[in-house]
Amino acid sequence: MFVAVEMVDTVRIPPWNFQRQFNDAIAEELNKKLANKVVYQVGLCICLYDITKLEDSYIFPGDGASHTKVHFRYVVFHPFLDEILVGKIKYCSQEGVHVSLGFFDDIVIPPESLQQPAKFDEAEQVWVWEYETDEGAHDLYMDQGEDIRFRVTDEVFLDTSPTGPSAAATDTPGAPGAEEGGQKKEAPYTLLGTISEPGLGLLSWWNS
Amino acid sequence: MEVTDANAAMLSNYEVYQLLTDLKQQRKDSGKNKHSAGQQNLNTIMYETLKYLSKTPCSRQNPETVKNFLTTMVPHKLTKAEKLQLLNHRPETAVEIQLMVEESEERLSEEQIEELIQKVTDVLPGDPEQEGSAPSNEAEMDEGIDQ
Repeated sequence: MFVAVEMVDTVRIPPWNFQRQFNDAIAEELNKKLANKVVYQVGLCICLYDITKLEDSYIFPGDGASHTKVHFRYVVFHPFLDEILVGKIKYCSQEGVHVSLGFFDDIVIPPESLQQPAKFDEAEQVWVWEYETDEGAHDLYMDQGEDIRFRVTDEVFLDTSPTGPSAAATDTPGAPGAEEGGQKKEAPYTLLGTISEPGLGLLSWWNS
Repeated sequence: MEVTDANAAMLSNYEVYQLLTDLKQQRKDSGKNKHSAGQQNLNTIMYETLKYLSKTPCSRQNPETVKNFLTTMVPHKLTKAEKLQLLNHRPETAVEIQLMVEESEERLSEEQIEELIQKVTDVLPGDPEQEGSAPSNEAEMDEGIDQ
């Protein structure tokens, strides 16, 4: 689930932090910059693992702060392909079942990856597994808040860096108003999962 | 900022849990004056991750159990990813083993799967609430007789 990622960055320590222990000040700055943020193509950064190397610190003209190149390792949430994870069902929609891990929310299990046959109950807004046995069909509901075990099938990284003003200027005058009204925040990191295997799905289905 | 190695090392849930618990202790000891607005992200992610990990088997592990687990897994010839999943999830049924071990039907016989489950449940500490339901009934009965 978690990996240690080696990174290099230049850390700026302002003069009013010079009295602090250098390593602590560096650690705080790195955590301030990266904790709970998604790095493109890397994953969700959790916290600093350790500092491997500190290079010389420099002070540049006009800025009283010290600049130091730091080699460090960071704990990143980045499940590997086909990894099994356990999460809670956040809600169900036409797009599938949305699962959350608490610290990471953007996990979707699309309808084709559910245990088949499955149908979407519009009234209660839940996906249902129509489990066939010799006695007849049981409707197994995928309710909110239930623990669910799934396998990671795909990951999608979106570059959410701000686009320049040129993109806005090319839009037709009518469109921007409508777009801003319905603009959806895209998740920078999304995981796609599947539960179409024996053992996957709600934990209660398999704990007899 | 530059990423030199996006996959330097795989970390078990236990290692991350340990790191976060130590960090939390450190920050508590150093006092509240350092908790400025910039630390909010770290606080949030630490709290949520600890909340998630404390409900998994890793919260009951220690360096000894992890070392024992890896030594007992040596004869089974599992890949690093498979051993990591077994360590993180502590599977108790054959179905779970089949999910985590690739091509388990070809690589492991039924007895080997049973053996694997036995080793996993023996070496890695389990949930005292879940397992307390069977032995504690016997204990209660004994205490009743003694009284």
